[in-house]
Amino acid sequence: MHCKVAEFTAHAGYQQVKTLMNMTPPLRDERATMNTSTTQRGALSIRNVTKIYDPEGVNVMAVDNCSMEIAAGEVCMIVGPSGCGKTTLLNAIAGFHSITHGEIFLDDALLCGPSKPKAEQAAERMVVFQHGALFPWKTLAENVAYGPTVQKTLRKKQALEKARDMLSESGLGNVVDKYPGEVSSGMARRAEIVRALINDPKVLLLDEPYRAMDALTKSIMHESLLETYDRTKVTIFFITHDLEEAIFLGDKVHVVTTRPCQLKKTVSVDIPRPRSYETQSSEQFRLLMDEVNEAVHEEAIKAFQAGEREMA
Amino acid sequence: MADVAQSSHAHAVPRKRTRFEKFRQNESLRRGVTAIVVFLLLWELGSRFDEIFGKAWTLPGIGLIPPPTDVAVAWLGVLPKPGYWWSWVASFRRVMTGFIAAMVLGIPFGLMLAVNKYFRDIFFPPFEILRPIPPLAWVPASLIFWPTNEMSIAFVTFLGAFFTIVINVLGGARTIDVRYLRAAQSMGASQWDLFSKIILPGTLPSIFTGAAVGMGITWEVVLAAEMISGGGTQGGGGLGFFIWNSYMGGSLEQIVVGMISIGIAGYLCSSAIRWLGHYFMPWRRLF
Ligand SMILES: Nc1ncnc2c1ncn2[C@@H]1O[C@H](COP(=O)(O)OP(=O)(O)O)[C@@H](O)[C@H]1O
Ligand SMILES: [Mg+2]
Repeated sequence: MHCKVAEFTAHAGYQQVKTLMNMTPPLRDERATMNTSTTQRGALSIRNVTKIYDPEGVNVMAVDNCSMEIAAGEVCMIVGPSGCGKTTLLNAIAGFHSITHGEIFLDDALLCGPSKPKAEQAAERMVVFQHGALFPWKTLAENVAYGPTVQKTLRKKQALEKARDMLSESGLGNVVDKYPGEVSSGMARRAEIVRALINDPKVLLLDEPYRAMDALTKSIMHESLLETYDRTKVTIFFITHDLEEAIFLGDKVHVVTTRPCQLKKTVSVDIPRPRSYETQSSEQFRLLMDEVNEAVHEEAIKAFQAGEREMA
Repeated sequence: MADVAQSSHAHAVPRKRTRFEKFRQNESLRRGVTAIVVFLLLWELGSRFDEIFGKAWTLPGIGLIPPPTDVAVAWLGVLPKPGYWWSWVASFRRVMTGFIAAMVLGIPFGLMLAVNKYFRDIFFPPFEILRPIPPLAWVPASLIFWPTNEMSIAFVTFLGAFFTIVINVLGGARTIDVRYLRAAQSMGASQWDLFSKIILPGTLPSIFTGAAVGMGITWEVVLAAEMISGGGTQGGGGLGFFIWNSYMGGSLEQIVVGMISIGIAGYLCSSAIRWLGHYFMPWRRLF
């Protein structure tokens, strides 16, 4: 029974994506209304989260009383110095570990708390990892088909078919049967996002996914992600320390402090969507950059000095 | 055989790559053959140095070893004899028995150690105490313990490969990147899915490394055991005994024939393992 429902919703989501894809630009208004009606899912509420590693030993406080509200269908960018606890926060949302204090809610359901390390429906929130985590022993199509197969929402054959379709939609049609080691890092990352989206998640969690990429590949990745977002309107929680990336992609940019991680400043990005590459040369973009830069710079200096003190 | 393997994974290996690899393999084949020929020439020259330049010029070491041409003649002499081939059969049977037993028991044991903390807590300490004992140190005890020589040899052979395979499987399974496990978990994988679709394929490369090293050890142990047991009434024969027998008979050429036979046997075995690895891990063909 449960399986059937899951299959139905997964399929419905997919159909919708396909329909939206095929729509022509004049229908954009209609498309927007359709989206609001279906994206009432994926609101994240992070309430007073504290995470202390190894409570009886060295006591590293990674996150300290951090609160954030992320609306359904929002692209939320987290910017902060490295080692400040961003990944820790993401892991808590993903349910990979518990937190010391506080709660994290997804659409009013408790995801993570001190007593609740792992939520049952993991596939609600899909993670794209810092260094990529496609299974090297599976082809791209097999990788993408993995979720529906293990959740038993689709038979293996159907899952593979759907995986091929979705990969083709993302412009990876000619590498579906390649192993991750055979394709470029950009392709692998795109496939990884497809692997997440096939599960029809409420939230997509990305941990510095484009970190090691050159500027050119990165800009292609950004356009691809924006295009995906415009299609699916999935809530995105995106960690980065590239400020341009943060503003270009995000609805909100949350600057967090140096460790322990706390929310320092939230900058709303009111640049209309769909955004294109030219957006980055606009005056509005520059002003936002300055605003974010100032906040980040302060934290970077603090982190640097803290590092120096530790060294001394 | 190779064609079957290729067609079943045709999607993974584009035509161009196969051709390129064939070309490259030919290239390395050419180099390999040249190297062997040069090696044989130098050997021949080294052993016959005194024949060419006079008795005073006997080279140390190599001058006492029979030249490859003499070895070839001796080889041609034993080729038609069934005894020589029975030595092959006997050694191969022992190696395979020990090796397969070690794989069948070692892989599940290593995986259990890797995935289950209780199992590891209980079995890893005794395992680690037994592991450093060289296989040959087990010979006397196993001669007493097992009713026949043949069983003792099989047991010692098994031990040689077992420890290596277990330690490789354990290491491989424990070092699987946690990102893979987390990714699978977040996609809703059950414990069994994690095991069968992540841990097992993730460990395969280490399993094959363990198998390759283990195979080498098995040959070592079998040969040593065959020499020790001296080919007596039971559990005799084998290539080890062939060498020992040649030594007793004072035939230097035949000793070298036995040695090279072992080299070839070992090469055949490791090629088989490489081929299987190639077949079962198509994603590793890229490297
Ligand atoms: N498993 C762990 N045990 C102890 N300390 C940890 C662990 N993981 C991370 N930390 C520490 O927590 C801090 C934040 O780490 P992380 O969340 O990975 O930072 P970021 O992703 O912002 O670079 C770092 O100082 C790191 O050393
Ligand atoms: Mg991080």
